[in-house]
Amino acid sequence: MQTDSQNGSQNTPVIEITDLKVRYGDSPALNGISFDVHQNEILGIIGPAQSGKTTLLKVINRTLEFTPDTTVEGTVKLDGVDIDTIGDVYGLRQRIGMVLPLPVGLPLSIYDNVAFAPRTMGIRAKSELNEIVERCLQQAALWDEVKDRLNSLGTKLSGGQQQRLTIARALSHQPEILCLDEFSIAVDPVTTMRIEEVLKTLQAEMTILLVTNLVQQAKRLANRTAFFLNGDLIEIDTTDVIFSENPANQATYDYVNGTFG
Amino acid sequence: MFTETEIGKQKRWIENGMRVFFLVMTSLMIIPLLLIIGYLLYKALPVLSFEFLFTNPKDNMRAGGLWAPFLGTIYLVVVSLLVSAPIGVFAAVYLNEYARENWFTRITNLAVVNLAGVPSIVHALFGVGAFVLFAGLGESILAASLTLAIMTLPVIIASTTEALKAVPMSFREACWNLGATRWQTIRRIVIPNSISGILTGVILQVSRAAGETAPIMFTGAVFYKAIAEGNLFAYNITEQCMALSLHLFTISTQVPDVTEGIPYGTAIVLVGSVLLVNAAAIVLRVYLRTRKKW
Repeated sequence: MQTDSQNGSQNTPVIEITDLKVRYGDSPALNGISFDVHQNEILGIIGPAQSGKTTLLKVINRTLEFTPDTTVEGTVKLDGVDIDTIGDVYGLRQRIGMVLPLPVGLPLSIYDNVAFAPRTMGIRAKSELNEIVERCLQQAALWDEVKDRLNSLGTKLSGGQQQRLTIARALSHQPEILCLDEFSIAVDPVTTMRIEEVLKTLQAEMTILLVTNLVQQAKRLANRTAFFLNGDLIEIDTTDVIFSENPANQATYDYVNGTFG
Repeated sequence: MFTETEIGKQKRWIENGMRVFFLVMTSLMIIPLLLIIGYLLYKALPVLSFEFLFTNPKDNMRAGGLWAPFLGTIYLVVVSLLVSAPIGVFAAVYLNEYARENWFTRITNLAVVNLAGVPSIVHALFGVGAFVLFAGLGESILAASLTLAIMTLPVIIASTTEALKAVPMSFREACWNLGATRWQTIRRIVIPNSISGILTGVILQVSRAAGETAPIMFTGAVFYKAIAEGNLFAYNITEQCMALSLHLFTISTQVPDVTEGIPYGTAIVLVGSVLLVNAAAIVLRVYLRTRKKW
């Protein structure tokens, strides 16, 4: 009956988060949350602004380290290894694809945008890069629109195309985990639907963390959904349960049904 | 029918009035510059010639040309920028791209701001103490250039910082998320997209270095020195040189019976070379801006 089993995975935890606390200066962002992310699931993360969703993603790929004056306690394990003990932080980040709310085309050609990460890993062979660029643009459903102008600037694409370029870039280093932070915020509904189709396909190859403000998006895509509120994990369960008439917590019911607060 | 309301009429009057006011202020800024250049050109016209630039002063600087001071100024500017540009640009990259907010960076930034406000005569005295005496360079092109470098350094750091800050933070974050190091991000994204601003800031320091008199008059510039005409390598950087700014001061105040047009000619050459370099900076900036990538 579990959505997980429908997708053929065995609840193997890829990420194990234990008692994670994050503070920005004196103001708390996450107050001790614990949960696992399973292999090849799409985990929807919903919750109002300031609930710590973005902070969580930044902890996982350790880019929170760029924000001054932050304190992180608790452990995050990736494939059983505490990420704080990983010396090669760049390698860690390349195991995780990250898509931010606003599309960012780097001021490089479309080709160079996608080839950026492979090049930082030392891949120089033109044939190999060509292959990666085509594969990632195909996966992000952008290839057909840009294959004739790979040398034009990524920054000149439309917003929706740039967001798919961002996804192609996030896939270019072959991540095990793909994190999307409200990817549809600057994207039209048609593009959103196309990207959602892409995510369903990608699920076979990787685990997906989908932070979203659109609860219906979580309902459409996620196997399980986590509800965050003010830095607390209120509830995590299969999406069917979260969106049912009786989730464990009343706040969850109110939030997904739009009667919150 | 649409009729203009009282408030609408008032808005229109005020709008037009303010436009004229700002235009007048802009003109006030431009007019003195045009007058200065026009007056200098008018007075200097009799002496301006190819020879004026390429012959040494003669008759105790009462006649002749500008070769020795002109070449001296070029030496001072080039050597000082060779020192201050790399140090300034790299220091700014560190402060802006690597340094975390802590007491060290705060003190450094404070020092940069304050150093930019130090009067040039103070730089001159520092140059005498540090380079001429302590470092034992004596009064030389090197000592004078280093003094000028100290003077231009904070401004280069400030302008480079501005150029770096103009590159959106989101580009850096995108690169870090892709597993790029800070250096990879700087080399592939930050520097290529800020180089026009960085170069403009550096080039604009040419005019300051060329125009200053105080920092060089005790550290390496000399009243008079004859050098080989037409030889670009006529100066040795361990020796003293003449300089346009000091030369202009000297012939205007210290030497009697100077040929009428020569001080004006000197001023025109000084202003003209500075404007030429600034124009180059503007052309470069316009060219690089047409290639702007976002």
